[in-house]
Amino acid sequence: MDQTVEKSGRLEKLEGIGCARHRREDPRFIQGKGTYVDDVKLPGMLFGVMVRSPYAHARITSIDTSKAKAHPGVHAVLTAEDLKPLKLHWMPTLAGDVQAVLADGRVSFQNQEVAFVVADDRYVAEDAAELVEVQYEELPVIVDPLHSMDAGAPVIRPDLDGKDVGAHGRRRHYNHIFNWHVGDKDKTDRAFADAPVTVKQDMFYPRVHPCPLETCGSVASFDPVRGELTVWITSQAPHVVRTVVGLLSSIPESKIRIISPDIGGGFGNKVGVYPGYVTSIVASIVLGRPVKWIESRSENLTTTAFARDYWMTGELAANEDGKIRALRVNVVADHGAFDACADPTKWPAGMFHVCTGSYDIPNAYVSVDGVYTNKFPGGVAYRCSFRVTEAVYLIERMIDVLAQKLGVDKAEIRRRNFIKAEQFPYHTPLGLEFDSGNYGPALEKVLKAVDYEALRAEQAQKRADPNCPTLMGIGICTFTEIVGAGPSKSCDILGIGMFDSCEIRVHPDSSAIARMGTMTQGQGHQTTYAQIIATEAGIPASGIMVEEGDTSTAPYGLGTYGSRSTPVGAAAVARAARKIREKARKIAAHLLEVSADDLEFDLDGFNVKGDPSKAKSMKEIAWAAYNNVPEGMEMGLEAVDYYDPPNFTFPFGAYFCVLDITKKTGETKVRRFYALDDCGTRINPMIIEGQIHGGLTEGFAVAMGQELPYDEQGNVLGATLMDYFVPTAVETPHWETDFTVTPSPHHPIGAKGVAESPHVGSIPCFSNAMIDAFSHLGVTHFNMPYNNWKVWKQAQALGL
Amino acid sequence: MAKKTVVSFKLNGSAIEVLVEPRELLIHTLREKLATTGPHIGCDTSHCGACTVDLDGTSVKSCTILTVQCEGSELLTIEGFAKGGQLHPLQEGFTEEHGLQCGFCTPGMITRAYRMLQENPNPTEEEIRYWMAGNLCRCTGYQNIVKAIQYAAAKMRGEAVETSHPLMEKVTV
Repeated sequence: MDQTVEKSGRLEKLEGIGCARHRREDPRFIQGKGTYVDDVKLPGMLFGVMVRSPYAHARITSIDTSKAKAHPGVHAVLTAEDLKPLKLHWMPTLAGDVQAVLADGRVSFQNQEVAFVVADDRYVAEDAAELVEVQYEELPVIVDPLHSMDAGAPVIRPDLDGKDVGAHGRRRHYNHIFNWHVGDKDKTDRAFADAPVTVKQDMFYPRVHPCPLETCGSVASFDPVRGELTVWITSQAPHVVRTVVGLLSSIPESKIRIISPDIGGGFGNKVGVYPGYVTSIVASIVLGRPVKWIESRSENLTTTAFARDYWMTGELAANEDGKIRALRVNVVADHGAFDACADPTKWPAGMFHVCTGSYDIPNAYVSVDGVYTNKFPGGVAYRCSFRVTEAVYLIERMIDVLAQKLGVDKAEIRRRNFIKAEQFPYHTPLGLEFDSGNYGPALEKVLKAVDYEALRAEQAQKRADPNCPTLMGIGICTFTEIVGAGPSKSCDILGIGMFDSCEIRVHPDSSAIARMGTMTQGQGHQTTYAQIIATEAGIPASGIMVEEGDTSTAPYGLGTYGSRSTPVGAAAVARAARKIREKARKIAAHLLEVSADDLEFDLDGFNVKGDPSKAKSMKEIAWAAYNNVPEGMEMGLEAVDYYDPPNFTFPFGAYFCVLDITKKTGETKVRRFYALDDCGTRINPMIIEGQIHGGLTEGFAVAMGQELPYDEQGNVLGATLMDYFVPTAVETPHWETDFTVTPSPHHPIGAKGVAESPHVGSIPCFSNAMIDAFSHLGVTHFNMPYNNWKVWKQAQALGL
Repeated sequence: MAKKTVVSFKLNGSAIEVLVEPRELLIHTLREKLATTGPHIGCDTSHCGACTVDLDGTSVKSCTILTVQCEGSELLTIEGFAKGGQLHPLQEGFTEEHGLQCGFCTPGMITRAYRMLQENPNPTEEEIRYWMAGNLCRCTGYQNIVKAIQYAAAKMRGEAVETSHPLMEKVTV
């Protein structure tokens, strides 16, 4: 009894894996002492603003900057002509295309960057931006990607004239970017030809924006004497930014310091390199003074990277009992005017090929065509791994469409098709190896928790009553994600493998500093990484400082997006901590004068096996590391680990939603949303719950209201928070969470990543519930977002 | 550029004099001239509430008021909440209930919640959600923000409070 209490006390002191450790980030944030990019203030700092195009497609006939330059307080007005001698008017994108930093004689989307005005402060800069006179000659506009490759369509990228081969193979039209396909087409086509049942559904995943509360920005400071460049930047991937800046500027990476300070949310918005970052750097180099650039919300929503914009056609072939034989998918992907999609370089459609989902589908074929339109560039992963949200949406909608056609219950059709626990590792027909999963029990747990049968009975009753004022929709989603990019054999960014890293230094007093190549933006890395080290190396988390985001101190890493911090970064953390532990074991053996093999690790130190009274704590060992190490051993207690994962991880979940829709108004109420997630080993249950709440809320926003529509002239509509839906506390539903634990077999601590599952899984769950509400009337699909107007229109069309 | 004006007000209890253009927004004066960077800028349209301050006993979005309008006022920002190293119950509640993630909305949230609790010391969940609707958060989904405010309200009413997130499951012996 005493031993249990004693052990529990030691565990509590460690605050290791599994503890609801409260966050070390909080004290500064709750007292207004965070340091976000816009809080950085340097002596002599100037402020830059962009002059942007009002037109979606136009030739620039002249730019007159003389009035702006003459305005008091203005230091520079940069245009493409000024960047040309430096070869910085164009920059490479992560997708193998190029993007204009400042418009080079032509604009191809509304709000494209045309000139950069640098002045004493933001008021003067805004005044002067108004004085830049740009003459445009309008050109015909293409906003519909389905007509982008029509004969005679306007040429969006004359700079690519004659380039029949792009970064991802042959281009079959001047507005074509790539075709990417995977799977066995012939086998799949044959399976369709033979199948007793087939279904086909078109669906559009609208263009949306991650919209973190902090917009993008940078403060560039070039020291002309030392030749050193320091940039504070809103980046989820500071090391990659350093490499890109080095490539662009020819400054060696050793003289470039990129600092991601506190980041006010990223959600994929802060992965790319944007023109504003580049112009602030160029302006600082030209002027020899620090230059700040902070975008406005409208600039954020209309220029720095959209997500989705996928036009998908899904087809399933099945037996009469609903067992699926084949999946066929065709996609037209609208990438805007430049292909600045943020994917691993070799994967132009990201991990879209996870679209066979949680189901044992023997045959599949996927083809994705990327096209140019006169819209802003992007294709970022909005709180998801690359294109996984689109993939999961496709399969989770399709399986409902199939169930509907067959008259099979939507839970039952999933049971009949799940990959079974004993089939793992499971090889999908599209070339992925799912390492682990246990889908059936997760779904059953949820169905029991919500009393599924009773809800279906209630729904049947309501459907039978013509006077019932509401429709009731029940949505199920049993998704599998693919996260943790990724194995360097298949994943790289600009040629750099997608490993991640951790370096730990244990000080003589046994406190420690740990640095990683990832970058927290609210996920709480400073809290959770320390928990992993605590468990693995026996050092209390309270004494571990975690630092990320400064490329001059942190080891190189690919950053935080695509839920890769836990699968990749945390693996490096665990392995570095184990290296510390193994060195500590040798020192302990030396101190106790026993063989290292005779020692066992016990929470916070080493015991001699069978004689726990002979022990050395990590505190004693750390001190000895600096004065009394075994013969031939280096002093100190440090470790570094670069982790190249052998595979991705595959978190999964079973989500359930009940909607009540008022027929006469289209108003939709989320009665219940139950989310069960399996993220493998759970590092901090409090933080996991918080991440899931946040992801569900972003998923709710996408399903129910977010979109960035365009008119025919290429004007982006809904570019402020007046129109772009960001839910308040009032609209946001109450969330119920649950979990199962199926550890990843290849991850050092069995963890899989969690923060994106709720976004990926909830959106099809909402869609499935919405369409389920109308399904008895023959509706198989209608497109998001389900704002009241759109739902009302659907109800009206059915005469409700 | 219009002639600059001296504006005086009290900021977190200290008398301030600051020279501004008539068009200058309070948020810019606070952040750029008075080293008060707790309130943040998250939109252009007064929707997000990240810049919320307390001005003469009212919650105000400081991006929507001119500094010259603050002559003679009393201003409270997030920087004025902790006293003598002691956190305000709202600050404590936000950390105990995990009511924040990236932290960008937090200063505005806490400042708004403070005024709400002055006006309604015992709000229901529905009231909290409604009265906080001027402040956007992209990370938390609000559920833990509601709990954080309930925690603070209880503490301010003198009731015993406990986090919903104990470090470890209680060991039964």
